[in-house]
Amino acid sequence: MNSQSLPTTSTASISLTQRLIAASLACLLGAGLVFLAGFSHIDAIHNGAHDTRHSEGFPCH
Amino acid sequence: MYKRIAFTAGFAGLLAALVLSLLQGLWITPMILEAETYESAVEAHTHTADALIHHHEETAWAPDDGWQRTLSTLGGNLVVAVGFGLILAGLFTLRAPSQAWQGLLWGAAGYLAFCMAPSLGLPPELPGTAAAELTARQGWWVSTAAATACALALLFLTRQWALRLVALALLALPHIIGAPQPAGQASLAPESLQHHFQMAALISNAVFWIVLGWLSAWFYTRDIAENT
Repeated sequence: MNSQSLPTTSTASISLTQRLIAASLACLLGAGLVFLAGFSHIDAIHNGAHDTRHSEGFPCH
Repeated sequence: MYKRIAFTAGFAGLLAALVLSLLQGLWITPMILEAETYESAVEAHTHTADALIHHHEETAWAPDDGWQRTLSTLGGNLVVAVGFGLILAGLFTLRAPSQAWQGLLWGAAGYLAFCMAPSLGLPPELPGTAAAELTARQGWWVSTAAATACALALLFLTRQWALRLVALALLALPHIIGAPQPAGQASLAPESLQHHFQMAALISNAVFWIVLGWLSAWFYTRDIAENT
């Protein structure tokens, strides 16, 4: 009730460049995590995430 | 903004990973374990033949069957789910959903790009299935997912017909090139188990993506008024 904030959403108030940077960083980090668990050739990671890879349909062996 | 991305990906990823793990534990993992019995039967046979010349190989860590393996798989699911959640939340900063249900469409798009399209050429497979060289398949898988994701963005987020034609070409291209296939088709597990597994994996991933998409949009829109 006593909020002084402007009626704009946060997305609209942040510049496109800043949003592009955030989106790129998030996508890169996200893809990195998926690669780590799903595509890494390191044996221990392969073994640990083996069932994840098979059920997600990632190429495994 | 970064806080919201992390919050969205973290919570939506965690919950979607739990749903996937539940489906896995009840439905998929039993089939993987069954397929491994066929695989290890063959391995035991070949190993006894060369047991005399067997040297101690350095084997990498692998979780023991049971709770270790379950936890390890849960961890794997969590990493993958948070990863996909980060991609979704990142895209939301460019095109924010105004309602949580819109996340269902994002989830469906994720499913098409990261599950359906790659599985047309490389269906989910059980352990002990003949397949082409791993790196080649991974390359095809990633290219197909990326091409499909770009195609869906062009199809649904642009309004120019020329771009939509490019999108159709991008959708078709990986399948025209074709996925790397093994020299001979062979599977140790019976065909019925293989089919059942593929169906289970495709359905579980559909549930996973719908949950991930919807929850990501829900957390994202819920937070929109509170944070910058």
